[in-house]
Amino acid sequence: MVRLNVNGKEHVLEEVDASTPLLWVLRDHLGLVGTKFGCGGGYCGACTVQLNGRPIRSCTTPSSAAEGQAIRTIESLAADGILHPLQAAWIEHDVPQCGYCQAGQLMSAAALLARNSSPSDADIDSAMRGNLCRCGTYQRIRAAIHSAAEKLGGAA
Amino acid sequence: MKAAERLARDPNLKAVVREVEASLDAARRQDVSRRTFLKLTGLAGGGLTLAFYLGSPSVAQSQEATGEFAPNAFLTISSDGSILIYNKNPEVGQGIKTAFPMIVAEELDANWNHVRVEQSPIDEAVYGRQAAGGSRSIPSSWDQLREAGAAARAMLVSAASEMWGVPVDECSTANSIVTHDATGRQLTYGELAESAASLPVPDPGSLMLKARDDYRLIGKRITGVDNEKIVTGQPLFGIDTTLPGMVYASYSKCPATGGRVRDANFDEIRSLPGVQDAFALEGNDTVTELMPGVAIVGDSTWATQSARTSLRVDWDESEASTDSWSGLVEQAQGLSLQTGSETIRDFGNVEEAFEGADQTLEAFYSYPFVSHAPLEPQNCTAWYRDGGIEIWAPSQTPQRAIQNVANVLSIPEERVTLHQTRIGGGFGRRLLNDYVCEVAAIAREVGVPVKLQWSREDDMAHDFYRPGGFHALKASLDGTGRLSGWEDHFITFTHDGRSPVSGGETRGGEFPEGLLDNFRLTQSMLTLATPTGPWRAPRSNAIAFAVQSFYHELAVAAGRDHLEMLLEIMGEPRWLEEGNVGVLNTGRAAEVIKLAAAQAGWGQPLPPGRGLGLAFYFSHAGHFAEVADVSVDGNRRLSVHKVTVAGDVGPIVNLSGAENQCQGAVMDGLSTMLGLEITMENGRVQQSNFHQYPLMRINNAPVVDVHFIESDFPPTGLGEPALPPLAPAICNAIYAATGHRVRTLPLSKDGFSV
Ligand code: FES
Ligand code: FES
Repeated sequence: MVRLNVNGKEHVLEEVDASTPLLWVLRDHLGLVGTKFGCGGGYCGACTVQLNGRPIRSCTTPSSAAEGQAIRTIESLAADGILHPLQAAWIEHDVPQCGYCQAGQLMSAAALLARNSSPSDADIDSAMRGNLCRCGTYQRIRAAIHSAAEKLGGAA
Repeated sequence: MKAAERLARDPNLKAVVREVEASLDAARRQDVSRRTFLKLTGLAGGGLTLAFYLGSPSVAQSQEATGEFAPNAFLTISSDGSILIYNKNPEVGQGIKTAFPMIVAEELDANWNHVRVEQSPIDEAVYGRQAAGGSRSIPSSWDQLREAGAAARAMLVSAASEMWGVPVDECSTANSIVTHDATGRQLTYGELAESAASLPVPDPGSLMLKARDDYRLIGKRITGVDNEKIVTGQPLFGIDTTLPGMVYASYSKCPATGGRVRDANFDEIRSLPGVQDAFALEGNDTVTELMPGVAIVGDSTWATQSARTSLRVDWDESEASTDSWSGLVEQAQGLSLQTGSETIRDFGNVEEAFEGADQTLEAFYSYPFVSHAPLEPQNCTAWYRDGGIEIWAPSQTPQRAIQNVANVLSIPEERVTLHQTRIGGGFGRRLLNDYVCEVAAIAREVGVPVKLQWSREDDMAHDFYRPGGFHALKASLDGTGRLSGWEDHFITFTHDGRSPVSGGETRGGEFPEGLLDNFRLTQSMLTLATPTGPWRAPRSNAIAFAVQSFYHELAVAAGRDHLEMLLEIMGEPRWLEEGNVGVLNTGRAAEVIKLAAAQAGWGQPLPPGRGLGLAFYFSHAGHFAEVADVSVDGNRRLSVHKVTVAGDVGPIVNLSGAENQCQGAVMDGLSTMLGLEITMENGRVQQSNFHQYPLMRINNAPVVDVHFIESDFPPTGLGEPALPPLAPAICNAIYAATGHRVRTLPLSKDGFSV
């Protein structure tokens, strides 16, 4: 059995073994398929979610390790139907190609902006290097993070 | 031997090569002659629905006669003004789902904000070719899409002119509105849709298409139509498919291609938590369809994946691959000392050129096997019931997938229904449908909806790899420092001793063929049992590295400027085969070379350890030149500061998508050349996951500066041709920075790191 708080909602999953990686509980048991599977080994970042605001690889995190903590997935990045500035910037910069890595990219980027409101290129590189993009959208990811940071700064 | 023969007689491998290699120009001409437009009436909601049919006209006519016409693509303008456009081809990240509708919307003069896009069903008889590969989508559909939009626009204008009692040529359109210019009266497309639907469809020959200067949408930066869904994490991809009562499956095949299941610990596996069943499948001995393996079915992905760690299979490897990459490299090195056993091209007299030369140069270039490694591991969902099957597939060749499944299940193709999903990257991997066949066979056993999920390790072990290869090159310079003779002995692979493996062919026409008098290309082939297939810009992705690096070696040997010597060999502007977009046009080549050089600041003085490298390549109907700006330190640490890309693929449809493809091609090319390599020993691929196949990360991503020459030639695709020049541009820049010539990829072999 596991008890998880996902996107502000409590879930008690009787049938799930607590050793199951968080990724598969989210996808198969909770139907939150926005979080993606890419490698299962912590290498690609497609499965990135936030645990208490920190980006983690859900494919290598047993769900037991996430119990009692705030799990946030891509499905809750837009609050009340309003896109997060990063999501808006992703659309404005037309970041995605295949789009498969982008949920993980956004969850890493959102965690970065939450602790650093005006990241440098080097900050972006170090925060985002855990997220592979096989299609090579890195240049746009950088540009979109900068532009979201500017918007957030402007609003503050 | 058996393992190689199996691949040699595989029908899908050859078909897929035809799929991506078929002449672009032929595709274009053929499809243009087949255009048919029909109006559909009586649909719910009213409005104007215009079908445009890209398949056989006889099918269209017979369907029309029976009143069952099903369009391959259509647009519907509803009375509320919304516009629905169907996109027929798979979206794999190349942006076609946005580009196709843009072309229609342009000629329609639609307000893009009113446009909604949906993927069409899969049906070859009705829809014609539906595939993503070979950069062919745009060239083969450009004219029809424009005419479809123009036909609908003409009907809307006619409807307005009738209502107002004014001539059509007094009316203009913009933003989904028809305006009577003299009086300023306006009607929206939504208001006109109903009456437009009662008018006859104009003859395509009578349509006035826009001049390029009048484009409002084409050539602009338009964000992808699925982007909002992508950034909010909505279900879109194959892996996101969820059906009521669905179970999950894994499928384990022999790590050496072709091994059979003798036995396995089925009982133990069946007793594991969450596992419902475990069984062996015999398969049809076709690597592109279904090979033997063990299926585990369970109530979650994790149940099947964790059960696999306990799976013990006794493999019979008597007919499996025993390939060894190190052994193949040794054989190739031996062969490189002689001329190839087969002559592919022989123009002029290379021997004479070499004898009379001022200088001759020889070099041996090699590159490894690589994997496609799309980020979404192979997966597919299927539901077998009542002798038929319904499939949700991330496939680049959905129509072929239907044939494959029908073949594997021995059921008629009509009993196979396939829904296309968005695809998390393809690069050519998903031209082949082995994973679709696997889930189909599993689905028949379980009888409920089932999702097959490959692990990353499955994906890396069972790819159709870009084959490695070797080029033993020799060339001569005459007294004026001009290239006077060129010989390439290409060492590639074969499954049957007769023809090269898929992705390892030479088709002729590769640089510098056609640009000098004395040219010879010979070929030798080593036997291979490892599956291969098309990988982004097949053939060119590897050959460009060898020939464009070697041409730079010649410039260095001649003491000449590389840019000048590259322009020299292009010579007078001419099309090597007039009218064929699949053949080099030296004028277009020279223009992109000059543009890339100018934008990159070619010729500027640079500090020690820093250099610019130039390369040009023509492939998949695209002319591309690239200049890399790199630094290399004393420990061979490489920094790529910037890559300047100049390309000519005719008019650009979506500037944002086009730039994204070029940026992606540069990243892909760089990532691959830096450290990616697939090696086999005892038939087994030795890399298992991204820690051993280190794709480039954001901290090493250079700035990519893209420039297009939007010539008036017919538009051609962009998924592939920006990739080939990247590797030689980087290697030539490394030479400029260090004096070290790279002749073997990946760069990590030469001690380079990033
Ligand atoms: S799927 Fe978790 S890091 Fe790749
Ligand atoms: S957009 Fe395809 S993997 Fe990033």
